[in-house]
Amino acid sequence: MSDPTLLSARGLRLSFGAIPALAGVDLDLWPGEVLAVVGESGSGKTTLLNVLSGRVRPDAGVVWYRDPDGALHDVHAMEAPLLRRLHRSDWGFVHQDPRQSLRMGVSAGGNVGERLMAAGARHYGRIRASALDWLAEVEIDPARIDDLPRIFSGGMLQRLQVARTLATHPRLVFMDEPTGGLDVSVQARLLDLIRRLVARHGLAVVLVTHDLAVARLLAQRIVVMRRGLAVETGLTDQVLEDPQHPYTQLLVSSVLQA
Amino acid sequence: MPDMMLRTEGLTKGFTLHLQGGLRLAVLAGIDLAVRAGECVALTGPSGAGKTTLLRSLYGTCRADGGRILIRHRGTLLDLAAADPRAIVAVRTETLGYVSQFLRVVPRVAAREIVAEAAIARGQAPAAARAAAEALLLRLAIPARLHDLPPATFSGGEQQRVNLARGFVAGHPILLLDEPTAALDAANRATVLTLISEAKARGAAIVTILHDAAALAAAADRAFPMTALQDAA
Repeated sequence: MSDPTLLSARGLRLSFGAIPALAGVDLDLWPGEVLAVVGESGSGKTTLLNVLSGRVRPDAGVVWYRDPDGALHDVHAMEAPLLRRLHRSDWGFVHQDPRQSLRMGVSAGGNVGERLMAAGARHYGRIRASALDWLAEVEIDPARIDDLPRIFSGGMLQRLQVARTLATHPRLVFMDEPTGGLDVSVQARLLDLIRRLVARHGLAVVLVTHDLAVARLLAQRIVVMRRGLAVETGLTDQVLEDPQHPYTQLLVSSVLQA
Repeated sequence: MPDMMLRTEGLTKGFTLHLQGGLRLAVLAGIDLAVRAGECVALTGPSGAGKTTLLRSLYGTCRADGGRILIRHRGTLLDLAAADPRAIVAVRTETLGYVSQFLRVVPRVAAREIVAEAAIARGQAPAAARAAAEALLLRLAIPARLHDLPPATFSGGEQQRVNLARGFVAGHPILLLDEPTAALDAANRATVLTLISEAKARGAAIVTILHDAAALAAAADRAFPMTALQDAA
């Protein structure tokens, strides 16, 4: 299997003072693949996401991204404007707290439209039509297109963030605990939505979650992080049903059965 | 042998339980199993003999410690025990169907979609896949009014029949069936046995676990007896 990866990381290291958040991590992601990064708080999974997406520079190691033309880019050697353009079009980032990427003083439609404009769209009618489509895709009543996100519920805010992120048809989306902090019923709806959108648009996703049920539902593959190291990786059912590493066995056996 | 669909050579699998002080459980040792096209082989033996572990190893869920698992995929024999994750995904999509004992329900996805998904993934047109899914659900006595509903609220038996429909709908050349007739009434059991013989007739190789002696006699061409390693001489 030598078909090209979309994203590859080799030897990622990053310490915060004496604490190694990443202690030598290799990772590969293929087009259209959903990869879950699991582990408890402090295992380094969010740091890994930030380094993979070029938001935080590692002490050592390299992250390669292959653009649609097949050219490889060293993410941390890219010039800032180029990286920003990547984040505005080819890539997306879904934060645990939607307020981190949404503008609360701009209408719901404006939040989607703004991302389209940042990626080069100029025609007002088409931007508004696309915003309406995306609100419908994430099950937000199109009648609320001119409402401010400030008055939206947590679940709606998260769905709006997903709409905003996907509006430019990215190929690669980074997700940091997208269902964290939501009620269970709201979580189920968001998970189902993400699952459908990922399949329909053939997205590649690096998904950070501490919730193994979320990983099982969305991901084809899992990486288990512990103390800055990827201690185990494999297909989702392999890792969850035949865990090899002592830490993975502990994680899997600690899940409460509903 | 061109009609050999699945063959294990010296398949060995154990579990190391790190939370129990590294306790080592040997489950499979030197398993040589061969299944041809159109043949149904039933794994038999007491609980704890490793039947489910063998079935899960054949699907790549349990990672083999030793030996080979040869699967006829895209015309050649591929060693699943040495395949990378993406190759395993491709084998599962195109070649290997698996029916587990319980349906893993996805919130908000209708029964028809859960079943049709497997056929669409294998390349069927969505409309044809949905029609095939509906027909199979009806044969397994899931009435049309339930097809639009997510199976989360279905009874255990109904969920298992949705699971069976999902396993049979896509026409995989190899089927792995973990107790397909458990929890079914007589009529549905008969339907499953018919589905197995139809799959055999189109050339599918089937490995199954069957506890029910009548079902075993009706569906299986031969038994593959297993014993727990601790009990073996």
